Amino acid sequence: MTLTDRQQLSYIASQAADARLNVELETEGMTLNIGPQHPATHGTLRIICRLDGEQVIWAEPSAGYMHRGYEKLTEVRTFPQVTTLVNRIDWLGSFANEVPFILAAEKLMEIEAPPRAQVIRTILFELSRIANVSLFLGDLGVQMGAVTPVFLAFRDREYVLNLIESATGGRFHPNFDRIGGLKDDLPKGWIDEARQSVKKLMQFCDTIEDLLFGNEIFQSRMRGIGVIPAEVAKDYGLSGPNLRASGVDWDLRRDQELPMAWDKADWKVWTHPDGDSWARCWIRLQETRESCKIVEQLLDQIPAGPVMTKVPRIIKVPAGEAWVSTENPLGEMGYYVVSKGDLGPFRVKIRSASFNNISVVPWVLKGVYVPDVITILASLYFILGDIDR
Amino acid sequence: MVQFAIEIPYWGQSLLRVVGGLVAVLLPAGGIVYLFLFKMMSFMQSRLGPMEAGPYGSLQLVAEVGKWMQKEDLAPERADVPIYKIAPLIVLLSTFLLIVVVPFGPDAYFTDFETGIFYAMAVGSVSVLGILIAGWSSANKYSLLGGLRAAGQLIAYELPMVLATLGVVIQAGSMNLNQIVVAQNDGEIFGFGGLGNPFIITQFVGFLIFMIAVQAELTQVPFDMPIAESELVSGYMTEYSGFRFLIFFIAEFATAGVFAFIASILFLGGWGIPFDWFGWDGADLGTVDNWMNVAGPIIMATKMFILVAIIMWVRFSYPRFREDQLQTFAWKFLIPLSLANIAATAILKVSF
Repeated sequence: MTLTDRQQLSYIASQAADARLNVELETEGMTLNIGPQHPATHGTLRIICRLDGEQVIWAEPSAGYMHRGYEKLTEVRTFPQVTTLVNRIDWLGSFANEVPFILAAEKLMEIEAPPRAQVIRTILFELSRIANVSLFLGDLGVQMGAVTPVFLAFRDREYVLNLIESATGGRFHPNFDRIGGLKDDLPKGWIDEARQSVKKLMQFCDTIEDLLFGNEIFQSRMRGIGVIPAEVAKDYGLSGPNLRASGVDWDLRRDQELPMAWDKADWKVWTHPDGDSWARCWIRLQETRESCKIVEQLLDQIPAGPVMTKVPRIIKVPAGEAWVSTENPLGEMGYYVVSKGDLGPFRVKIRSASFNNISVVPWVLKGVYVPDVITILASLYFILGDIDR
Repeated sequence: MVQFAIEIPYWGQSLLRVVGGLVAVLLPAGGIVYLFLFKMMSFMQSRLGPMEAGPYGSLQLVAEVGKWMQKEDLAPERADVPIYKIAPLIVLLSTFLLIVVVPFGPDAYFTDFETGIFYAMAVGSVSVLGILIAGWSSANKYSLLGGLRAAGQLIAYELPMVLATLGVVIQAGSMNLNQIVVAQNDGEIFGFGGLGNPFIITQFVGFLIFMIAVQAELTQVPFDMPIAESELVSGYMTEYSGFRFLIFFIAEFATAGVFAFIASILFLGGWGIPFDWFGWDGADLGTVDNWMNVAGPIIMATKMFILVAIIMWVRFSYPRFREDQLQTFAWKFLIPLSLANIAATAILKVSF
């Protein structure tokens, strides 16, 4: 299409007028620090937002306010001592943190836990996932001003914590996994108790679905907000429910050969095509249900036998390098363990899920409103210990 | 009009009015905080709530007030201090201005305005000023966002509220709150006067709009963006502590009580019981027995607590809207609906 001179001139004039108007009306943006101390950041994450009115035009997460140096600390611990540390990375699903490290150490030593220990490990792993995600489901309401769900979550999460406590002795930090098996066998009556608790958790999922997910306001706050397409999710290294919510069918529990018992149970990996906040929350709700199913089925399949293989009293891991990652509550969590044949690891690199998950924050927060910042952060679900290690 | 048997001097009457106003504002506020904020919320969330201070924790509020009074009265360094300090008082002032027109019985009122409902709608928005200057003078970005959100929201919801009351005014044929009460209790439903004619039946749409608007005026969930504790920390009251925070807190629940009083007058028959029961004549308030001045406040309080229970029930179970969704809801749904309600009321009023 060719333009006449007159058209071109009028176009240029209108552009110039627009530019002049923009310069005249340009308002000063406001920089808002969300955090480090802020109710929505679950700890001390700082998100620097530049606002135009209530719209975010630029956002950047600034992590590191709670850095505890676990990677370095592992170098001055022996292998069995490391589980005490890594427990505290994702403090809500702490048993799940121990498993990949122990599996990596076992891989280096070329031993494997006995079948009974493998099944119990898987059960405890899934229980810690339930403990973690059920709190997320309750917290979701609080981020939007609905205070009731979180108390229901705390009430029902207690059943799982009691189970973990009666089996391991610790509610939050079990420190129960050992190289070559588990510290102890299950206490008497634990399996029956676990069956009942899992039923209560299934009911809790139904309650939350009715109370929160079925609410029109909740849906209008969640649907179509914070959409992360599959390509972007892959580019930013998202993992776990955040990735599956973008439609990528990828679950390390199913896709990986590990000496664990997930393949003994019949369960489903849920994906959602939308990739918005709603999808991420919905995926987590379904996963809690799947976890309950896994636990229910595995409780019937615990084989007899010891829970510990023969390992030397003083564990020296042979020299070598091993990488093991598992599908933790928050996403892929992996340990790259380098051993020089000493009592402790020479170097440990921890790949924690939340650190990668929040890397998408600058991309996804661009152009949203301040209230949506909170819901998007809530739906991405990070735990500060998991970001800062 | 029934005259007092003993003459009370003017200063005594004034003193009684002040004491009465304080009681009418603070007693419902305390009751709401204890019954709903402490107990109902706790039971909904499967916990007990305060149990230690007094029987079933009923003196917890006294302990809380004591705690707040002890705290230091802080002002941020860069705040506009005089305005910052006066803001909570303006918010509380609007509550006291509102209670002035609320009738609690045939003679139990503070003033008897001919245009009572007009006055109530007008002074109800004074609190916006207080909230706005609290947000602005705090020198805090969260406060500023909260204050601006509050201004937008309260002005947007003022309109459906006024329009919802218009239906009642058309039906009652008066703007005087006492006359509205009489119109309901003296009314008849198809010749049957045993229930009176509470306007909640004929003005049900108006009642719903009014309660939604009240929810928004009180900045309760699902309309609590000005406070939005998970986004804006505490919105316009972020920087307030101690006694000034307490005033905001009292104002919030006292206003809930006063608006519930007004809603009970407009839609539930206020202080009255159906006049048919005792053969009272609505045209002459003098025929209403004197004991209604004592029973009236109790009946009003019952209705008020029922309405506040609904407000609080919604507050404890719903998540909050986003700012633009809230404006859309007000302008595109509530206001057209209330206009249609007024039109329908007017047509039916003329035709019947």
